[in-house]
Amino acid sequence: MQRWANPNRFMKLTSALLPWCAGLSALLIGAGLFLGLFVAPPDYQQGESVRIMFVHVPSAWMALMIYTIMAAASAVGLIWKHPVADLVAKACAPIGASFTFVALVTGALWGQPMWGTWWVWDARLTSVLILLFLYVGYIALWQAFDDPSRAAKAAAILALVGFVNIPIIKFSVEWWNTLHQPASVAKLDGPSIHVSLLIPLLVMAAGFTAYFVTVLILRVQREILARRVRVLRLSQRTL
Amino acid sequence: MEGLIEFLAMGGYAAFVWPAFAVTAAVMIGLLVVSRRGVRDETRILDALRPGRRRERD
Repeated sequence: MQRWANPNRFMKLTSALLPWCAGLSALLIGAGLFLGLFVAPPDYQQGESVRIMFVHVPSAWMALMIYTIMAAASAVGLIWKHPVADLVAKACAPIGASFTFVALVTGALWGQPMWGTWWVWDARLTSVLILLFLYVGYIALWQAFDDPSRAAKAAAILALVGFVNIPIIKFSVEWWNTLHQPASVAKLDGPSIHVSLLIPLLVMAAGFTAYFVTVLILRVQREILARRVRVLRLSQRTL
Repeated sequence: MEGLIEFLAMGGYAAFVWPAFAVTAAVMIGLLVVSRRGVRDETRILDALRPGRRRERD
């Protein structure tokens, strides 16, 4: 982790990594789409609408995973004052918010034909909506301060306090009576969905993860460059 | 041709399946474009502030 603390090093390492991540994500998402749309069979109950699963579920997984990374990076930034950690956390937020939005919209499009409603205030849907609000609030906090280091601290505290929502989302379908179905993949006794649906799902999830790394690299690079601009402008003003 | 129509119809669920994929694609592509633009814009500003300067040094 120390290696990544130097922003210049970070720029060099990530610039080399970037095309590989981008290529990998394109490959995996392409393969996942092919498998999900052409190879996977329709569900015996849900028919072809089950294919929405191949974008809805990976998006939801990303929404949760990215928030977890954002909270971890916030903690590292708060505790060790790691210079890049704060920027990683900041860069995560729009990506996580985007996936949360996609999860909610694709979930609604799945819910209407299958469960008869676009929306219901059950524990799963409500807690994911709260996740979206947390992401948006986190982004807004960064904008609210002139001093970036104070913004980083305030945002980090929000990210950490909001982390309680993640296990709530995960276990919501077990703890409460929800319209949203219970877990069928991430369970202690293993996945219960058929392999013909599981494989495209996992391929898409891997592709979305590679995509996340690609966009994260771009966004952190932008933050590092913006910081250089700020420093330069400040030094030129005092000359 | 008939196979294509059948595929696009998605067993009657086309109005739900295709918008779901379209929204996903639009958001992911949009985010990628905006993020790339962010790097490009800051690079341009940096180059304008210090023309010909080596970008590795902070």
